[in-house]
Amino acid sequence: MSVRTLPLLFLNLGGEMLYILDQRLRAQNIPGDKAHRDEWTEVDRKRVLNDIISTMFNRKFMEELFKPQELYSKKALRTVYDRLAHASIMRLNQASMDKLYDLMTMALKYQVLLCPRPKDVLLVTFNHLDAIKGFIQDSPTLLQLVDETFRQLIEVYGGLSAGEFQLIRQTLLTFFQDLHIRVSIFLKDRVQNSNGRFVLPVSGPVPWGTEVPGLIRIFNNKGEEVKRAEFQHGGNYVTAPKEGSFEFYGDRVLKLGTNMYSVNRPVETHMSGASKSLASQTQQSIAPNPLAKEELNFLARLMGGMEIKKPSGPEPGFRLNLFTTDEEEEQAALTRPEELSYEVVNIQATQDQQRNKELARIMGEFEITDQPRLNASKGDDLLAMMDEL
Amino acid sequence: MRTCVVSMVAADSEGPNDRGVRMFRRERSIPLRGSAAALCNNLSVLQLPLRNLTHFGVVHGPSAHLLSAAPEGVPLAQRQLHAKEGAGVSPPLITQVHWCVLPFRVLLVLTSHRGIQMYESDGSVMVYWHALDSGDASPVQAVFARGIASSGHFICVGTWSGRVLVFDIPAKGPNIVLSEELAAHPTSVTDIASEPAQGQDCVADMVTADDSGLLCIWRSGPEFKLSTQIPGFGVPCTSVQLWQGTIAAGYGNGQVRLYEASTGTLHIQINAHARAICALDLAPDVGKLLTAAEDTFVHIWKLSRSSESGYIEVEHCHGECVPDIQVCGARFCDPSGNSFAVTGYDLAEILRFSSM
Repeated sequence: MSVRTLPLLFLNLGGEMLYILDQRLRAQNIPGDKAHRDEWTEVDRKRVLNDIISTMFNRKFMEELFKPQELYSKKALRTVYDRLAHASIMRLNQASMDKLYDLMTMALKYQVLLCPRPKDVLLVTFNHLDAIKGFIQDSPTLLQLVDETFRQLIEVYGGLSAGEFQLIRQTLLTFFQDLHIRVSIFLKDRVQNSNGRFVLPVSGPVPWGTEVPGLIRIFNNKGEEVKRAEFQHGGNYVTAPKEGSFEFYGDRVLKLGTNMYSVNRPVETHMSGASKSLASQTQQSIAPNPLAKEELNFLARLMGGMEIKKPSGPEPGFRLNLFTTDEEEEQAALTRPEELSYEVVNIQATQDQQRNKELARIMGEFEITDQPRLNASKGDDLLAMMDEL
Repeated sequence: MRTCVVSMVAADSEGPNDRGVRMFRRERSIPLRGSAAALCNNLSVLQLPLRNLTHFGVVHGPSAHLLSAAPEGVPLAQRQLHAKEGAGVSPPLITQVHWCVLPFRVLLVLTSHRGIQMYESDGSVMVYWHALDSGDASPVQAVFARGIASSGHFICVGTWSGRVLVFDIPAKGPNIVLSEELAAHPTSVTDIASEPAQGQDCVADMVTADDSGLLCIWRSGPEFKLSTQIPGFGVPCTSVQLWQGTIAAGYGNGQVRLYEASTGTLHIQINAHARAICALDLAPDVGKLLTAAEDTFVHIWKLSRSSESGYIEVEHCHGECVPDIQVCGARFCDPSGNSFAVTGYDLAEILRFSSM
């Protein structure tokens, strides 16, 4: 497992989250002068994206993120995105947050799986950062913040060998292993099969540095080529046109990691019990993770760097629905298959209140306004939330 | 967009004569308790012809699955092995499982990000544990063992640092001793291959590969001697095999290269796959080479030596597309190469093929 993986995982998932939120906010957009107090406007959309991006690229947080460390579990990492999604006035309920996280993870799984070379995971990341910079064009301070991370990525990852990138890609694929949620946009584009597996093309350009298969070259003892032969590979490939740019600016060539959503292409996930293999179900239900405690401590350190600007004044939190209607959202919450629920594993965080005071303190301010919890203290609130993961 | 839905690619027919190459067909697959992890060489096969059984070993992630199956693919016994725990946020990941057939016994070797575990061949008893020393590793360095092969009564295991650990294995019992550390690789070892020494004049019977593509060729013995090095070209050599003095090496750019082990001379370069190669295997009785890659293809080749020049020759025998599966392990299931098995990332079964 590469200890260099977390920054790439976090930034790419964050990029996917911003794409989806941007698309949903645009779709629910109401012209400013006609909007009621609880309806979204263009100004709100920009504000939400700006708030999330400034939290995501916070200097202290980035410093923690880039420290060599192991990956968190899918469930633990979700808390980070829960917090990030709520870094602004927008509020998501459980069903919408589940759906958001499903979409983010499946999109990145697709990108990592289809990456031509392990090194191209970096181009996927650059595509996300390029797009994020597009969201914040009007804000020079935020642009500067994102550029700092950009430079750090180039500095840390620019010099890694092909072998190190292979280890990073394997670590990412291990993170996404056994996740087979069907996503409508992928099904429509025929890049995902009905069983949740992605389609792997056997045509198109080969990776940069790879030759089109089918040729055998024979050399003599002096290293001179003496004969050529051909064989039928079975695929239908062409030479790679050019290598994507690993520079600060440039043509990434690779399209993986760019924004595939638009207002006309709404986001849907199809979840069915059959879409997850039986094997992984049994895997997940096995005993609580004894390492969860330690994971919480790491998480606390990481999230300590995340600064949340509390909405000033008595402003209400705006609710965003990832579903077309509220009824659909309610239905999704009720019908979500058991094994896809993030509430399966009980990590018993409440028993470790002392150890996790720091995390409790950090998470203390985290509240979902339209979902008041019944728990007495904020500390309990956090720990209960962690239990539900 | 996708053009290949045909899962069989005909054996090349333009050859001057029919060399008895046959097509392969899918057999019943063997279900696994967990899906295979995205690792190279993620399938080990132990053939037990006397008992009419085949053992399979696949890494899932923090656990590895062993199972034995009858010829029809019916799983008979299953076992799950775990890497020894250590400090850390998540349970340690396993990097490889491999059966080592030694002159007097068979051991199952499991490598992880913590160390090396050696078991009796059925995985029932762990006979030896070697913890990896991360002493001189920088905090950004992942520490792991990877690459397993036996040579005589030694088991050789590669590590993250490039060192190859040589363990002396007694005919029975747990008195396994780390006898030597071979330091010739500057980057992480990826795979190791060996073949029985062929008489006194044999100069090379083991080859080690690494992340930079460097190959080191060794002469085994009470002290291992480095005989030749074949420089890399910046692409990892993910899998390596040795057959009658010929090295077959598979690379991250889809190439397969065949070298003379004694001299290190490159004789054949095949643009074999469109994505990184993840596994090679050899059927020793007939010199068939199996290559598998992330491009969803598996190819079978026939190696031979030219009677005139003595050079290595190669012929493509068969290509198989495993649709939408990033293959991560592939092995022949018999010494004549008439059957093979394949694992894929995220796939909770072992796919089997045999010649018609």
